[in-house]
Amino acid sequence: MQKITTDALVQKAVELLNNNTVSYVLGWKKGEFDYDITPYVFKDEKTLKEEFIYSDFCGVNLSKYLVAKTKELAGKILVFLKPCDTYSFNQLLTEHRFNREKVYAIGIPCEGMLDIDKIKLNLEGISSIVETKEGVKVNTLDDKTIELEKQAILLEKCKNCKSKKHYAYDELLGEEGDVLDNNRFDEVAKLESMTAEERFEFWQSQLSKCIRCNACRDACPACTCEKCVFDNPNSGIENKSPANSFEEKLFHIIRAFHVAGRCTDCGECSRACPQNIPLHLLNRKFIKDINEHYGEFQAGLEVGQRGPLVSYTTEDVEPSDVFNKGE
Amino acid sequence: MTNVDTLIPKVGVITDVRIDTPDIKTFRVVTPDGKKAFDHRPGQCAMLSIPGVGEAMFSITSSPTNTEYMEFSIKKCGCVTEWLHSAEVGQQITIRGPYGKPFPVDDEFAGKNLLFIAGGVGLAPLRSVINYCRHYRDRYGKIDIVYGSRSKDDLLDYKEIIDEWATDEGINVHLTIDNAQEGWDGHVGFVPNYVKELGFDTDKTAVLCGPPIMIKFTLDGLYALGFEKTQIYTTLELRMKCGVGKCGRCNVGAKYVCKDGPVFRFDELNELPTEY
Amino acid sequence: MRKCSLSAINSIFEEIAKNTMLFLPVDNKDGKAEYKKWQEGFLLSEKLNTVKSPKEFLFPQTENLMEFKTSGKNIEIIDTRTAKEDFVVFGVRACDAKAFDILDKVFLTEPRDSYYASCREHGTIITLACNKPSETCFCSAFGIDPANPMGDVSAWKTENEMFFEANTEKGEKFIELIKNLTEKTDNKEVKKQKEKISNIMKKLPLANLSTEKFGGGKTKELFDAPEWAELSSTCLGCGTCTFVCPTCQCYDIKDFNTGKGVIRFRCWDSCMYSNFTLMAHGNNRNSQKERFRQRFMHKLVYFPENNDGTFGCVGCGRCLSRCPISMNIVKVMKKLGGKTND
Repeated sequence: MQKITTDALVQKAVELLNNNTVSYVLGWKKGEFDYDITPYVFKDEKTLKEEFIYSDFCGVNLSKYLVAKTKELAGKILVFLKPCDTYSFNQLLTEHRFNREKVYAIGIPCEGMLDIDKIKLNLEGISSIVETKEGVKVNTLDDKTIELEKQAILLEKCKNCKSKKHYAYDELLGEEGDVLDNNRFDEVAKLESMTAEERFEFWQSQLSKCIRCNACRDACPACTCEKCVFDNPNSGIENKSPANSFEEKLFHIIRAFHVAGRCTDCGECSRACPQNIPLHLLNRKFIKDINEHYGEFQAGLEVGQRGPLVSYTTEDVEPSDVFNKGE
Repeated sequence: MTNVDTLIPKVGVITDVRIDTPDIKTFRVVTPDGKKAFDHRPGQCAMLSIPGVGEAMFSITSSPTNTEYMEFSIKKCGCVTEWLHSAEVGQQITIRGPYGKPFPVDDEFAGKNLLFIAGGVGLAPLRSVINYCRHYRDRYGKIDIVYGSRSKDDLLDYKEIIDEWATDEGINVHLTIDNAQEGWDGHVGFVPNYVKELGFDTDKTAVLCGPPIMIKFTLDGLYALGFEKTQIYTTLELRMKCGVGKCGRCNVGAKYVCKDGPVFRFDELNELPTEY
Repeated sequence: MRKCSLSAINSIFEEIAKNTMLFLPVDNKDGKAEYKKWQEGFLLSEKLNTVKSPKEFLFPQTENLMEFKTSGKNIEIIDTRTAKEDFVVFGVRACDAKAFDILDKVFLTEPRDSYYASCREHGTIITLACNKPSETCFCSAFGIDPANPMGDVSAWKTENEMFFEANTEKGEKFIELIKNLTEKTDNKEVKKQKEKISNIMKKLPLANLSTEKFGGGKTKELFDAPEWAELSSTCLGCGTCTFVCPTCQCYDIKDFNTGKGVIRFRCWDSCMYSNFTLMAHGNNRNSQKERFRQRFMHKLVYFPENNDGTFGCVGCGRCLSRCPISMNIVKVMKKLGGKTND
């Protein structure tokens, strides 16, 4: 259950539309069921009041849409940003991907978003979902009610939420949150402590599920290249569906390298993956290594910060030290 | 397995390369034992490929009445065409076809006066029809050919047009180039304007092929002259992979350009979305 | 009609697997269902449907078409097609089985696609009626009845038993194979089960989804509808919908240089991709809106126009569950249909 209500957000959006501060509102739209929320650009009060929603199923990170929408739309766009979304917002600005002047950002609090797949593991046939403080009450098609605890049905990215603090906004709704103590590198540490064979087997079994749908790449705010290297026949690694499974796995490793140092750990990659591959673990491994070699670094903390991988200092770690760490 | 699959091509060999314009070459292709790879009808196309480079659909520019070889006039603009342009005589390629609905040379065109209007490399598919009609001359009425290109050097099949087409009985050739050029004392001006100037009677069946912008303005000109959509034909091209309407790529509305086209009449196209 | 007790089903799988390759939906480590080749210990999944559709058995994601050997200016074409082995796919739902018919209409019409045809010939499809259709199901909108799933053999699962009925010659062969493990029975239990399913179907949220606004000949009406802009506005163009869809069959043909030769293969492609229709001199669908529109116009208008009114969608609901931003064909149909159901 979110502390801030849909009505509060709609009220704010309507106010800003009506006083011409903004011409568009980038938010979330109700779906057919309680959980199939779509990101949407609202243009008028009526649709906002009827269709806008902020619920436990609004995991989508809206910041990436600003790249296309600020180019496509002439007026100013209001965007609602959850704490984790603000990091990608800043990172996109650091990379000059959109015009800040065209956006009015409102920071909104988030109590964690739910994963409908995890809910469906427990039952089939959902009639409605009622959000509660403890989790959800699911009313099934065969008239049963099943209660599920929040912790068990959170999105992967929300399980190790790193911060309730917003790092970018023109206006903040609700209270300012704190950076959290989280254990988001625990899974990575577990993988690191495996033997090479065990780790290989883990990734073999996960990455072999990949169907090369590119949802991870297309949802990732760090992947905004106008011509992706995987779509470019001149790159030598272009492929829609590789001729062999070796290439399939390399896609993810290459992509992780491409976003290393720019990935804000927003978790959209894993949320978007139709095969539930824990891609965020690859990216977290890079973040953990960067933290260990170059000092703690979080991409997207502020606009214009230079990541350790693109700034060279005499204190930088020696390549041989990095190489030996892998032994 | 012995059953045939259209996706599996034959081997062809390039026996002649003729440089037509700075970016168009005409390739002569036969099988390694010197025969035509297959028979075709005017307006049909074939898939040519170089293993490892790619495969693409090209219209067969030679008439089916040429029993010795097939010809393709290919403009250099992408991976496959670039590779072909660097190919020498003797180079083998793969070839499969024929694909597509041909021009109705034996049905709707029979007995009619024909008006061919082409721009740039758009002459290539029409050449197969023109030479077919020249071969069976008495089946058709008067033939007018309006053809234009950027400059004199960009006129495709120039020699054939001057030496053969222009000298045939009942065939009028009208050439034009976009801008005045030294050594050219023919008409200067864009094809659509030239068509308007020539002011044709509407007792003809028109066949158009060229860059989209030329087609658009030429069409407007033809309608202004009084031509009906049912009198005008064209041939489309889109990205193709299978060539037989299965890979889902080349459709315009419910029609596949590789299978239901590439030849379309404008009243048919009028029913389709303008996604070409 | 034949039946066996549910506890005997694994011996049936064992028996089939002795004779031929058997694939069935099995729960994987993520708790989702996935088609796997049967081995001892594998249990039939209780889930409603698999994440990926069974179209892979007839139309694999990547499939080698032929090989080339080049030396100097010469090319040798090597036909690498081999005779396929027989296989059985068990537990296919009615929607996916109907999707096979749709794929047949594309691949088996002249010129017949020999790669697909050979898979089709060698496959025996055992369908399984859906006991608990869920809120994302809308197969009934396309005339599909989950209680009567078709295929070579139709199967129904009740509380304690599994029932089988052959629909084709291949189906009869299958029944023959498991004759000793099953017994003859009447169809009373199955009738009851069908009624239960039918009652659930009537109460599903999407039960009244209508296709009346769609079909052949509707191109002019729908192509320029203003709704396309807002429906497609947040589409990522990722292709997930295409890849999980049981009827999507667009493919690309590519060459792979192995260093020792060239393999020409085909692979799934998506009309949602930006380079799907890209040519050397331009693209006839430059915006995501045009590509998005193409996919749904194809399924709802162009395909029925070319195939006697059969729609290119079977209502399996996979796009509803898997799209990262929750766009799907139901939302498109409702928006363009002009009214919501009930």
